Amino acid sequence: MELELRGITKRFGSLVANDRIDLAVAPGQVHALLGENGAGKTTLMNVLYGLLQPDEGEILLDGQAARFHSPKDAIAAGIGMVHQHFMLVPVFTVAENVTLGIEETRRSGLLDRRRTRRDVRELSRRYGLEIDPDALVENLPVGIQQRVEIVKALVREATVLILDEPTAVLTPAETEDLFRIIRQLTSTGTSVVFISHKLKEVQAIADTITVLRRGAVVGERPRSATEDELAALMVGRNVQLRVSKEPAKPGQVVLDVSDLTVADETGRVWVDAVSFQVRAGEILGVAGVQGNGQTELCEALMGLLPAGAGRVTLDGHDLTHATPAQRLRAGVAYIPEDRQEDGLISAFSVADNMVLDAYKRPPFASGINLNLGAIASNAVERVKEFDVRTPSPQAPVSTLSGGNQQKVILARELAREHRVLVASQPTRGLDVGSIEFVHRRIIEQRDHGVAVLIVSAELDEIYALADRIAVMYEGKITGFRPPTVAAEELGRLMAGGSDEAAVSAPAPGAGT
Amino acid sequence: MSEQAPGPDSPPEPEGPAVPAGPEPAGPEPEPEAALAEVAASSPENPEQPEQLGPPEGPPGDGGGRDGNGGWAPGERARIIRDAIMQGSSFTVTVLALVAALVVGGLINAFSNTTVLHAWGNLFSAPGHAFALAWSTAVGAYVELFEGSIFNPHTVSALFSQASLGAAIHDGYLSAVFNPLSETCVQATPLILAGLAVALPYQAGLFNIGGQSQFIGGAIVATYLGYGINLPVVIHVIVCVLGSFAGGAAIGWLVGELKARTGAHEVIVTIMMNYIMAYFLAYLLAYHYLMQEPGTVNPITPAIASDAHLPLLFGTHLRINAGFLIALACAAGVWWLLERTTIGFEFRSIGKNASAARVAGMNVERNWVLVMLIAGGLAGLAASTVIQGTDFTLNDQSFGTYGIDAITVALLGRGRPLGVVWAGLLFGAFHAGAPLMQAATGTPVDMVEVLEAVIVLMVAAPPLIRAIFRLHGGGGALLVLSRGWNA
Repeated sequence: MELELRGITKRFGSLVANDRIDLAVAPGQVHALLGENGAGKTTLMNVLYGLLQPDEGEILLDGQAARFHSPKDAIAAGIGMVHQHFMLVPVFTVAENVTLGIEETRRSGLLDRRRTRRDVRELSRRYGLEIDPDALVENLPVGIQQRVEIVKALVREATVLILDEPTAVLTPAETEDLFRIIRQLTSTGTSVVFISHKLKEVQAIADTITVLRRGAVVGERPRSATEDELAALMVGRNVQLRVSKEPAKPGQVVLDVSDLTVADETGRVWVDAVSFQVRAGEILGVAGVQGNGQTELCEALMGLLPAGAGRVTLDGHDLTHATPAQRLRAGVAYIPEDRQEDGLISAFSVADNMVLDAYKRPPFASGINLNLGAIASNAVERVKEFDVRTPSPQAPVSTLSGGNQQKVILARELAREHRVLVASQPTRGLDVGSIEFVHRRIIEQRDHGVAVLIVSAELDEIYALADRIAVMYEGKITGFRPPTVAAEELGRLMAGGSDEAAVSAPAPGAGT
Repeated sequence: MSEQAPGPDSPPEPEGPAVPAGPEPAGPEPEPEAALAEVAASSPENPEQPEQLGPPEGPPGDGGGRDGNGGWAPGERARIIRDAIMQGSSFTVTVLALVAALVVGGLINAFSNTTVLHAWGNLFSAPGHAFALAWSTAVGAYVELFEGSIFNPHTVSALFSQASLGAAIHDGYLSAVFNPLSETCVQATPLILAGLAVALPYQAGLFNIGGQSQFIGGAIVATYLGYGINLPVVIHVIVCVLGSFAGGAAIGWLVGELKARTGAHEVIVTIMMNYIMAYFLAYLLAYHYLMQEPGTVNPITPAIASDAHLPLLFGTHLRINAGFLIALACAAGVWWLLERTTIGFEFRSIGKNASAARVAGMNVERNWVLVMLIAGGLAGLAASTVIQGTDFTLNDQSFGTYGIDAITVALLGRGRPLGVVWAGLLFGAFHAGAPLMQAATGTPVDMVEVLEAVIVLMVAAPPLIRAIFRLHGGGGALLVLSRGWNA
């Protein structure tokens, strides 16, 4: 089926999320939509999937105009979507999830489980998906869960498959598997719309690449386009992808973590006897696929999760069981992974957010009295210093863009006296300009003798920042490497390959 | 009834007698400014933003700190204000909810009155009569409500028809002029305090349904101290007031402690505490060796000593007493606590985003305990103003419906101290005016509960008001009290 979008425009108030977008997807092709977060990719796909109605423009299927009032219409027309966050019922089996909403019934009105299982098995075999229809979804690794989503779309006879940021949660090996599946699909005539902001992946899989910026198409390129060219299109200027930095001059050990073990309330161990040291003036980058304990490691370092065993010291002072407030006072600066949830109070003003963990100390308070003047003038200063784009320091921080929100957090954390900076996914969801800004600030911290711990799911970020790289897999550190290490080697460690063991990392199969 | 020949020197009739009281007379002046600041603040892409990154001229007010930079032409200004109203800001919604409630109440009144219904029966023979009667019934009730709660012109003509002004004042005619206002304040006093006991925890993300239990806790202590011990005049009042705070605070503390230590949801715990305290009170009032008055079988305590009474503010003819000042002082205190102290900063942070507050080093659990303790104390003070201000004794029904009314007051006041004062005064006016309304027009006092219910219903469901008045989409934050369940 040939899919064409003509002049799609979608506005939200004064914001034009999609501005006269034209897009044609030929049968059996992988068409990549490349753009930064907020470029309008997801809006466009939601329009295509019937979740949003376009203000202008039309959708053509094989040259026929179509209108989708709901995803139901889109599915009926042969469009399938795999959302970034899977829409699966964890306690159901694969077959049950696949059949959800289109349950096959026997004449008696009972569910025809056998037929569903057979369908799933057949599709699985045809496309090399290797999924067990009887497995419970909650027991499956994310890569397999994604395949369940794909099967869901295929069972509904999708001929155009939309994949929204499909690789965000995958290991490099799982990504390779996904690409293999995509190629299999296209060879049978299915077209794939592949949404991503990762240049390398898009180049690896796409036949045609459409680049979006600020809601508009800024260019269409063949697969052979260079990375620099695509990046320039995406951000609208030539961006230096790597921030230049001097070699590190490591000093004393500042943060010393030994045999730290962290479990959640249910007793599941997320961080398993992890040991590392971070020296003054060095950046330790923790790489790994999300969900391997990095989040919990950072939270334990901040005192948000209790340490089950092990020891954490800062400049020799034991912080293992300290409260967050004590750690802040001891000199830990913390950039949380989820800035909306943990870093900011979105209803508060920029000024209030800039003193969120310093409101008790002078000059912001004397006794229990807040010194609003000092809080306001501090905000004015920080806004200027960190170039926060805000209508006013008194504006609610929720009115700021993601990049500016992150600057507010940076401004707050770096303004306090600190010895160590723990930054979890410091540039997630930011545009390239903001990423560069944040990276430069982090390196500046290192050069001022701060011990920096960076956790990131983006290998590029780890490479750009780290002086040493640690790789986490299932709560353990599988190895330390210098930043000159090859990506394949990191990928092997991220997939659980141990330091000494053989090079052949076992592919994550079903039911692990 | 409403047409009354004014006395020779009577002051001009207040305009708009159908509107009982409340925030709206002073409203439309300053508030659209605030709404306007909101609108401006919520549109970062607004190109005509006056101060881009400039330093703020003065200390930032709570209105957003952009007052007095002007710069809009008058026409433009009017348009912006109109837009701000049409945006359906929460203030607009509150005022319109009041209007809608009055209309609904008037309709119910007009169509439930037997005389009016009879007139409708003769609609075709005398159509004008039916409409006129319906109108006068609806409006008449509101006029009486107004006269009973704010100002009654009869009292003024009575004052000036006396032989000598001095004697008239001495005989209480002047007091009669102010009696409606006094009654409104007396009724509003416990509502404001109990309302604060809901509004304060709300700011910290907790939903305090336990106003009743905390009220009872305060009432027991205040009453016991009132009749049980002998103290010098001024000291006795103060001890009783402080005791009521402590009594309520103890109950509130228990709730906070249970939540902090065990994670028990405060809604469940406070509801259960209401039962526990109500029956505990009944138990205390059932035995003479506990708190029951000797020589009676009724569930009532002895009267408190007269030196434990809250002092009257304007002589013996008016019931308004120092309790009203306590309520206003507490509202100011809660505002100060929330907006100007590190403690309030923590409360508000936790209320808006507990996990970010935790990351910022705040002790969420300890703040829960503290805020519930203070809230309990405020509800206890509400009991103090009832026991020491008007009732002077405690019975098994003294807690009335203050616990539930407090929620509606806090809701109408949008969880803010000043709003709670206005809402408390409005509901106080309803309660104060209702008896006269019933006596003069036969409209049952329950009508004011209908008004309260409709107001709260409308305030709780802003989309409803927006639909009725055809306002644009949702400006202003909604007050979602049910959030407590997910917190």
